[in-house]
Parts: sequence; C-alpha cells; structure tokens
Amino acid sequence: MITTGPTRRDVLSLALSGSAVAIAACLFPSRAWATPADAKAALEKLGPGTPQPGKITINAPEIAENGNTVPIVLDVDSPMTQQSYVKTIMMVADGNPLPGVARFDLSPVNARAHVEFRIRLAQTQNITAVALMSDGSMWTATKNVKVTIGGCGG
Amino acid sequence: MVTRRDFVQAAIATGVLIGAGTGLARAAATQAITQADLLRFEPLGQVTLLHFTDLHAQLQPIYFREPSVNIGVGPDAGLPPHLTGDQFLKAFKIAPESREAYALSSLDFIALAKEYGRLGGLDRMATLIKAIRAERPTQTLLLDGGDTWQGSYTSLKERGADMVAAQNLLGVDAMTAHWEFTYGQDRVKELKAKLNFPFLCGNVKDATWGERIFEGTKVFERGGVQVAVIGQAFPYTPIANPRYLILDWSFGIEEDRVRAEVQAARKAGADVVVLLSHNGFDVDRKLAARVEDIDVILTGHTHDAIPQSVIVGKTILTAPGSHGKFLGRLDLDVKGKRVVEHRFRLIPIFTDAIAPDPQMGALIASLRAPYKADLDRVLARTDSLLYRRGNFNGTFDDLICDALLKERDAQIALSPGFRWGSSLLPGQEIRLEDLYNQTAITYPAAYRSTISGAQLKSIFEDVADNLFNPDPYYQQGGDMVRVGGMSYAIDVAKSVGQRISEMRLADGTAIDSAKNYVVAGWASVNQGTEGPPVYDVVTKYLQAQKVVSVPDRQAVRVHGADARGVSS
Repeated sequence: MITTGPTRRDVLSLALSGSAVAIAACLFPSRAWATPADAKAALEKLGPGTPQPGKITINAPEIAENGNTVPIVLDVDSPMTQQSYVKTIMMVADGNPLPGVARFDLSPVNARAHVEFRIRLAQTQNITAVALMSDGSMWTATKNVKVTIGGCGG
Repeated sequence: MVTRRDFVQAAIATGVLIGAGTGLARAAATQAITQADLLRFEPLGQVTLLHFTDLHAQLQPIYFREPSVNIGVGPDAGLPPHLTGDQFLKAFKIAPESREAYALSSLDFIALAKEYGRLGGLDRMATLIKAIRAERPTQTLLLDGGDTWQGSYTSLKERGADMVAAQNLLGVDAMTAHWEFTYGQDRVKELKAKLNFPFLCGNVKDATWGERIFEGTKVFERGGVQVAVIGQAFPYTPIANPRYLILDWSFGIEEDRVRAEVQAARKAGADVVVLLSHNGFDVDRKLAARVEDIDVILTGHTHDAIPQSVIVGKTILTAPGSHGKFLGRLDLDVKGKRVVEHRFRLIPIFTDAIAPDPQMGALIASLRAPYKADLDRVLARTDSLLYRRGNFNGTFDDLICDALLKERDAQIALSPGFRWGSSLLPGQEIRLEDLYNQTAITYPAAYRSTISGAQLKSIFEDVADNLFNPDPYYQQGGDMVRVGGMSYAIDVAKSVGQRISEMRLADGTAIDSAKNYVVAGWASVNQGTEGPPVYDVVTKYLQAQKVVSVPDRQAVRVHGADARGVSS
C-alpha cells in the first residue's frame, strides 16, 4: 500500500506522543481486585492535599459497549500557559485487578489539557480522574461505568 | 347483542352520529367515535408536529394491551409513564370503561376490546395525516421515532423494505432508529439510500475513530419558523441487541454532544429545537433537566402512551405509544425563538372509526400479497388473553416459555424482555403472523444450554439493574427477562446483586447456586448461538396443542415497588 500523507493512525500516534506525552500504564492481570481504598491510595501519591471536585471532566459511556475497550476522554479547564497549566492527569479504576490506569504528564506546550485513550474494565466500577495543576491545587471527577452482559433490550 | 363497536361502524357508514335512542342504544351512541371527532383540534401557532414511534412494522390494525406493571424507581417513581390501572385513569381524569380507558390502560381489556375493536392500521393513520396536512399544509412536520422496520413477518422477510415503502408513501419528514440496526450495518445503509427523507442518528459513530456515521440535525421551515430536528438513536443498541450486526458503529447517550448540537442549531438560526429521540422516557426526562434550550422532546422506545404533554423546565415531552395505536399532534406557537404556547393531543387510531386511505391500503395489500398464505396460516386457537407488555412475564411470554420447555426439553426457559408484540383475545386464532408479531428478529436461535444456579442469579441481577437502576442513564433497555419453569422474588428498591431471591423451580424446589440446570432461551446477543429459530419451535408446539389457555402465573413476586405502577 502506498500512502501519500499521514494516515489517521499516524495522527493518533502523534497526538499521543506529542500533545499529551502519554505514559499510560499497561496492566497485568492479578488475582486480587482493587478496592476503593487502593484507588484512593494510588491517587495520594500524586501530591499532598485533597483534590476538590471540579475543573476536570470525564467523557465516558454510562454503560460500556465492550468492557475490553472503553473509550475515555478527559478535559481539564486550564489556560495552559507558563503561569497556569496542568502538570499531571491521573486516572484510577476501583474495580480492576490493579487500580492504576493512566498517568499523563503535561506542559504548556500541549496548549490543551485534553487526552483520549481506551481502557479495559473488568466489571462495573468507578473511574476517577485527578488533575494536578502548576499551582499545586488538585481537582477530581468520578464516573461510574457499567459493564453488563446485555440483551433483552426493548 | 349490539355493541358500541357496531355503532362506531354505523356512524362511519352513514357519516352521521346515530340519533338518541333508548337504553343501550343511547349509551352506545354517546360513545360512538367518528373520524371528525378524532381529528377535532383547535389549531395553534405556526407549527404542527405529527409524531408516531415504535410502530414495530404493524401495517395492520391490532389489539394491544397496555401494561399493568410499569414500575418507576428513584426520581421517576409514581410519575408518568409509571402509573397503571386506576392510578393512571385518576391522574389523567379518564372515565373507567371509556374509549380512552380502553386505548390507554389494561383495565377491563377483554370486554372493552370486544366493544371498541382494534386500533391502528397504517392506512387509517395515513387518512388522519392527510387530513391534518390538508388543514395545515405548510405547517406540518411528520416525524417517526424509530423501531419502524422490525416486528412483523413481512418486515423480517423483506428485511425492512416493506416499511421503507410505507414510510415514503406516508410522507415521513425524518426518522431516528433502534431495531432498524438489527438488520446489520450494510442493510441499514442500503435502506437509508431508499428513504425520501433523512435518517437522523447523531449519536452513532465509527467505533474506532469516532467519526459520525449519520446526520444528526436537519432544519425544516414550517409556517415561517425554522425547526431544527435532532435525531437520537437508541443509545444502547450494541448492548441490548447483537453488537456483531453493527460491529463498526458505536452509540451512547452522549449528553455533551446533544448539548453541542442544540447550541449549534440555535447559532445557525433555529427558532425551535426538537429532539426526535429513541432514548426512552425516563432518560429523556433526565436529559431535559440537564440540557438547556430544547423546546420539544418527542420520546420513544419505552412504548408509553401518555395522553398529555409532560413539562420539564421549559421542555415539552410527548409520548405517543406504540404499534400504530396513536398519532401525536403537537401544535406550537413560536415567538422570539421560544415556544410560548403549545397544544397536544394523543389521537387514538380507532380502526373502525376511520376510513382507510385507499393509496396506503393498496400498498399494504401489495406488500402482503406474496406472503398471504403464510400470514393467514392458523397454528392454534387461544382460549385466554395473550399479551406481552409490562415489567415481567405476559401470557404470550409464558406461552413461548412453555414451547421452549417442551420442544427443547429444558427445566428452565428464558425469553427476552421485549416491549413489542400484539395481543390476542380469548377465542382468537393464533396465525403465523401473530406469532411473528412476537418473535420476528434477525437473531432467533432457540439455544439449549447448561447454566448453574449462580449464573442464573447473576443474569437476573444484571438484567434487573438494567431496568431498575435508579439513574435512568444506566438503564439499558427492555423489560425483565421472562422465565418459564421457575419463579423468583425481586426487590426492585435494592441495589445490584441484592434484588433477586427465592429462586425456585416450578415444583417448589429451591434453585441451588452450585447445581446446573438445562435452560432453553432465544434472542441471545452472542454471535454463533446455535438452535432452531424460535418461531419454528413455537409453531411446532402450537400445532401440537391446537388449543392453548395460559393463565397469569405470577411467576415473579415483587417487593419494594411503587404501588402506583402496579395494577391487576
């Protein structure tokens, strides 16, 4: 196949590597399930203080069409200037074998604090995102994503 | 005996109301229904929205019993549509035994059905639509809320093409969709190309890249007003129905996208924004409270027939029932980009009171002609009411479960919680067409497998949470899976994993979580499910039975429910 320009796949890779500097952790299956406490502990490593609700939005389906690949979009309300920007976005899931899902380190070069990725969810659970800002403040949001066997509909 | 139905017919034949007589005749005459009466409406403002939804491919008049069990949970408890029986009549000030009581509730269904006759028939609906268009030629918009291409023998054989021909002749201005997708993504594209109008499904996107597959919004000018119609397909199609049929497409409620689409329409100059939705009523009630600036939501999916508009903030919601029983008419007076006044009527389509439209009648006859022998083939007779509609088993579901238990030699039968399917009165023949009205799907394999008691419980818990989750955005679709050969108790107010208890086989033995049971069912969403088509299984059963009688079995003991949604 001859390609004459960037494909969508190229653009996506660029977006991942350039715009967001993604360091998404790949998880290994484990026998134990994470608990909400494990998830909270994972987030506490991000920095001191308690995250406040706000500034970060999670765009994810209420019910996953396929738990093996659930699309997630995170946006943080920030001007992304040298004076005020998002340093890190982290996401945890409290019902997967390991709570850590992804960590994104950002800088003003990113221009927008916007990341998109897909995750695997083993069961219905809460996903929580936290943004650490350049002024040290932390902001959080949580969404419940249901994983169901489906059928029977309508 | 002279029934009120005879008077309905007499009134059409003579074109006038039968004059006052005595006794029964007078009582009947006051109940006589005329076409003019059904069309009576004092027009208002610049725009008339005509809306039907969830036709389920019913070209012919039918009986359809509304639910006696439609439980609301969380914020929706006790609100329409979660009112049944006397509570429903009281809330909408409807007299018992009146024609509205018959069309809208399950009370005295058998007796009233014999008096008032069938409802629907697309040739009758066409007559009403033509009459309203003649009265409001430049103001009328006809919107179809989806679930139009599926639900009958002919639609299954024609893979939806019969319904597309009917929609085009009816002059539909736009539609959205759900069961349409069960013909597969290629067939949807083929049929869409044959439509004379847009297929609005803004919430369908490429599963890999997120690009939009269909238009989301179409702007119409009616009565000098710019009307933006935003189409919302059923958000959980790939979960409630087989994902393998639409593997490249992804859905979802996408509240943020709906909000953006509303804002974009306003920016582009829309005076009125209408959401043509297949979300289901409770989802739309929540959406209306969260997304600003939608004037009207034409709801669908949950088959609710609500005789008045429901207002949430500044948004008007209407619900015109299913199976072609009703046509919703909503007139809007628009001033300064706002609806300042509205008038709604849910018009019941009393078959015998309306002259069929000759053109639509001819089309329907031609669509049915090739299949006439099959459609009319009598399989058995029923001595009891057969229906499906409500949160739990209806008697038609029980009949299908009986057939599965017998023909597939199983201990337990499972049948999907679909909301569609016409009713049959005691004494009626069960024709092949009637059976397909309950089973006409593209994934009909009647499987037989071994399932443990623990797995059964987890299936019931999962489905129950998809129905009784207090947050409507987490409700995935249909009613509770129907059961045969067993019973259980459900506490709808509990949370997931806690609702189901007392699972027992028909003989009273407790179902053991560690033991395996032979289970037969149909409509699995999994690819590669094996077994004969369910309509063949039930055909065989009915032909052997010759006459069936199915009592209401009460296989489910319900706790924690709001009593306003439960009646006998």
